[in-house]
Amino acid sequence: MIAYIIRRLLIAIPVLFGISLIAFFMVRLVPGDTVTAMLGNSYTPEQAEALRAQYGLDEPIITQYILWLTNVLQGDFGFSHFTNTPVLEAILLRLPVTIELALLSVVIAVILAIPLGTIAALKRNSKFDYGASLFGMLGISIPNFWLGTLMILFFSLWAGWFPSGGFVGLYESVWGNLQSMILPAIALGTAVGAVAMRMTRSSMLEVTNQDYIKMARAKGVSSRRLITKHALKNALVPVVTVLGIQTGYLLGGSVVVEQIFGLPGVGQLALQAITNRDYALLQGTILFIASAFVIVNLIVDIIYGFLNPQIRY
Amino acid sequence: MNEIWYQFKKNKIALFGLGMTVMFIIFAILAPLIAPYDPYEMSTSDSLAGPSLAHLMGTDQFGRDILSRIIYGTRISLQVGIISVGISLVLGTLIGLVAAYYGRWVDMVLSRFTDVLFSFPDILLALVIMAILGPSLTNLMIAIGIVYTPIFARIARGAVLSIKSSLYIDAAKSMGVSNRKIMWKHILPNSMAPLIVQVTLSFAFAILAEAALSFLGLGVSPDTPSWGIMLSEGKNWMETAWWIAVFPGIAITLAVFSFNVMGDGLRDALDPKLKNESS
Repeated sequence: MIAYIIRRLLIAIPVLFGISLIAFFMVRLVPGDTVTAMLGNSYTPEQAEALRAQYGLDEPIITQYILWLTNVLQGDFGFSHFTNTPVLEAILLRLPVTIELALLSVVIAVILAIPLGTIAALKRNSKFDYGASLFGMLGISIPNFWLGTLMILFFSLWAGWFPSGGFVGLYESVWGNLQSMILPAIALGTAVGAVAMRMTRSSMLEVTNQDYIKMARAKGVSSRRLITKHALKNALVPVVTVLGIQTGYLLGGSVVVEQIFGLPGVGQLALQAITNRDYALLQGTILFIASAFVIVNLIVDIIYGFLNPQIRY
Repeated sequence: MNEIWYQFKKNKIALFGLGMTVMFIIFAILAPLIAPYDPYEMSTSDSLAGPSLAHLMGTDQFGRDILSRIIYGTRISLQVGIISVGISLVLGTLIGLVAAYYGRWVDMVLSRFTDVLFSFPDILLALVIMAILGPSLTNLMIAIGIVYTPIFARIARGAVLSIKSSLYIDAAKSMGVSNRKIMWKHILPNSMAPLIVQVTLSFAFAILAEAALSFLGLGVSPDTPSWGIMLSEGKNWMETAWWIAVFPGIAITLAVFSFNVMGDGLRDALDPKLKNESS
């Protein structure tokens, strides 16, 4: 097991290095100049030169990358002129919102996926199964930004149950926080729930056909016990992996959903970095989001290794 | 081919998807004949009119007919789908083919490169590429094409690896057939099935991505009748004119749904064939 974990870690290192290369050089390709964006319209060439030297922007690009990476590894992601704070501070300030949104979305996805997928598999080819399959397909087809917009229309503007946007911190009011997060979490979690539901269904169908389940049934184990104690436990192994893979979707989707609902998360920060041409902030958020994806998948792989000892790749 | 069609048509939802796709293609081709109004024509007297017999899906804030704009919007969505998926298919297949065929360090470098691209959430990567290239329809298609390249590279690599060790490839090699010929004439045609399924599914992703980027204001220009742009404009008028945002959303969902169920049906239909081939 330790060898497996070490192997997974060793594979992750070059990927993280590649992410840093892409995050740095891709942002450098964005037209416009950080210095002019920072100085605004009225500045002298000397001021621009001084600022360029201050940030090491007069060095060759490779030197700049090495300098940037060295600083990043020491926790210094640069300074954001948009938030007027160090980049890491800006990201960490907004991170709890994105983590809460992602976790709530996963909770909603699991609440939808596991019962629906299990019942659909047990009642294969029934009306319920067809309904669940339709939900599965619609769930991955509805754009999260449209679902969000519709929910604002129905539940905020017409029914008045939820605020149509804005964010209430968890420490300010737990109820207020939940009210501001529930609609975005449903908008983001529905697609993940649909994918996980399809996986639960097919995985459950596969497991219930296995000999040990037939044997347990023949020995007279009750249906409820058979499902909860034996089948579901094994059927959920691939579902965990699917949820891990969906982290990328959650992080990407958070850019759109946070924007619609006005949530101050990392996704919205990335979008603001693009629109305000804040390159240090953009590099930082891209690096942060992509690395988070790799790390979550690494954790999921390791959990998968524990859950299924047959898998060692 | 007949067997695939026979399997495919047994799946009613997949058939629905195919029917809807054909309908979208007809809408795109015959848009000027089908659309009741010019999608760009503004009319202040008709602004924000609700659904009626004159305007089945109502009008927007400039008095433009929503139904006509949705019909013309199929052109943008299908164009984005065809070109961006075409880019991903060509680039991805090439990367996967080369990586799997040559193996060793070539495979390692290319596979790590696709792993790295995979680590970026698709919308975020597309947003940054759009920021580099600037907002336009062409750039949007390039951005989406790049974003979905890794998935094709992985599928092509996997398919090629499973075929590479076949006896007939060994035979071709021993007869002195060139690497290039083996790749294009023997390996690629036999790796097509999973790629075809992915093309269909990626069409759905591409339509969603175009709508999302346009929704965020980093896609096509604001006057273009794109479903994403319409939705983005509509959300500002939701309280007074819900129809501006609701109907384009239905169009996006239907189009994405159709390609998804068609892809699913194709996968199921091709699966027995794949099993036969590999056995």
